[in-house]
Amino acid sequence: MGYLVSVMTFASIWAVLALSLNILTGYAGQVSLGHAAFFGIGAYTSALLAVKAGWSFWPAFVAAVLVTGICGALLGLPSLRVRHDFLVLATMGVNFVVVAVFKYVDFFGGALGIVGLQKPQIFGWTLRGWGFLALAVAYLLLTLWVSDYVRRTWAGLAFATVREDEDAAEAMGVSVPRFKIYAFAISAALAGGAGSLYAHFLGSIFPDHFAFVESIGIMSMVVFGGLGTLRGPVVGAFVLKILPEYLRVVGDYRYTLYGGVLVLMMLFQPQGILGDNSWLWKRLQALYARWRPGPQPRPTSRALSAANPGDDPAPASRSGRVNPGERTHESENS
Amino acid sequence: MTLWNILLDTLTQGSIYFLIAVGLTMVYGILKILHIAHAAVYTVGAGVGLAVFRLTGNFWAALAAAMVVSGAVGVLIYRGVYFYMLDQPRIVPLITSVGLFLLMQDLLQKPYLMGPYQHAFPAQDVFPSLTLPWGTVPSAQVMILVFTALTLGVLYGVFTRTRLGLAWQAAAMDRDMAGAVGVNLNRAIALNFLLGSALAGAAGVLVGVFYNSVYATMGDVPSYKAFVVIVLGGMGSVSGTVAASFLLALAETVLLSSVGYVLPRDAIAFLVLILVLMFRPQGLLGR
Repeated sequence: MGYLVSVMTFASIWAVLALSLNILTGYAGQVSLGHAAFFGIGAYTSALLAVKAGWSFWPAFVAAVLVTGICGALLGLPSLRVRHDFLVLATMGVNFVVVAVFKYVDFFGGALGIVGLQKPQIFGWTLRGWGFLALAVAYLLLTLWVSDYVRRTWAGLAFATVREDEDAAEAMGVSVPRFKIYAFAISAALAGGAGSLYAHFLGSIFPDHFAFVESIGIMSMVVFGGLGTLRGPVVGAFVLKILPEYLRVVGDYRYTLYGGVLVLMMLFQPQGILGDNSWLWKRLQALYARWRPGPQPRPTSRALSAANPGDDPAPASRSGRVNPGERTHESENS
Repeated sequence: MTLWNILLDTLTQGSIYFLIAVGLTMVYGILKILHIAHAAVYTVGAGVGLAVFRLTGNFWAALAAAMVVSGAVGVLIYRGVYFYMLDQPRIVPLITSVGLFLLMQDLLQKPYLMGPYQHAFPAQDVFPSLTLPWGTVPSAQVMILVFTALTLGVLYGVFTRTRLGLAWQAAAMDRDMAGAVGVNLNRAIALNFLLGSALAGAAGVLVGVFYNSVYATMGDVPSYKAFVVIVLGGMGSVSGTVAASFLLALAETVLLSSVGYVLPRDAIAFLVLILVLMFRPQGLLGR
């Protein structure tokens, strides 16, 4: 049982990482293969404050979120100059440089890392096992809420325009540099919190925990689940984090799996298994529409256009005033 | 370090960088794909070369086998994967290529292929060492320098004197237009992958002999270094790649011999990469 709890805790932390990368890559379209750098900056900030300055978990956590957010804004600066694949190269470089600094500067503990972190306490009660899992899940829920909130705000719209067409966004009066930096800062801050949780859960951290290959792992979780959605990164992280722990074959081939997932998804389902227009998600939506008793929900316009491209939604369902028992056009079609 | 040593180190390192990066440059020039899995092809070449060398004891057979197999792997990667995503946004093949690299390298680390060990490659005495008035060139370095000189000559000839080279140049300028005027694009691109990957395989063997060690993760550093080289050289220009390879090798050798060890070599290279991307995205020698 303890093993399951610890695996679930890791999966929740990685779900936060995947969601935070999703804000940067899925919403704002800035592909980064250096996300583990932000994870590492959060972990090291929190660990240094706890071990060297004697801070307890909670202020160290908040500090890690803030410091990583600021670092994210700074390390996002290359995105103002370079786009697309060059940005990917630059973020890879950021990842390598950050890990090299952790490894070769004595202040950060060098290759020996930082050890001896305490588990967080709340009202004199130490969070371990289920308690820590609850904390991780709470942070995951907070991240989900932030992701959803960001998407619904003006910034979310701006991110989408930057992702789709930077020149058009600029022409419409959206400040592209500002929103790119916002995306980097929000994404990094969330990842920094995950780093803080990770450091305090393990009790010790080493530079290699935040290497480039972890960045690829996070990216493959987002891509596997479905870029730009909320469900995708969470499902991707849980599947790709838990599968290697329980299937021995998969465990031995963990990185083969991550690599293979990236290749196969890009070849056959670039939108991810649960992306808006993916095979599985359309099937699930059809099933849900058929089995759901009582009043049908108003399908979102995105889900509609994804499920039936070129098919105009029925006026009743578009207006939102759906009478109880009325069948939506989806079930009529099926 | 004497001047002679610095010169020799620069020439050797630069040759190695060039042999690895030239395939990447050629692929980027035509397809605009950052082909990260190229470094895994290089490791495959080293592994095949070592296996054949152990079987036959003949260095030339090993080199030939490495070039043939890694060339075939390169063509397979193009026909099996990249071919289907030429019209996608450039991010799609890039992520694919990262995945391919991770997948191939992880498989190479399995005990039935190369395992997590370093293997010796005892083929140091194929060439005689060269004694010049101002110093000696060890045989492994003679080998690398001779091979690089040959490669440069052949590449120059192919690029400027053959229809294939013309087809590559045309495809690099405008792929659709080249296809429209009758260039057999599939063949040209496949041959491009074949040559570039074969050179990477050869580089794998040469580096394996030079350091007398072949291991599954030997592609790690070259994969990122090669990007530094092609960005410095102004993406997709072969002559720029030649210059950038030797420039980077010179900078590293001089820095390491004069300043010493502050950050590891790779971190320095990446710092340079980020700065170049921010301030001269077209490359040091770009237009």
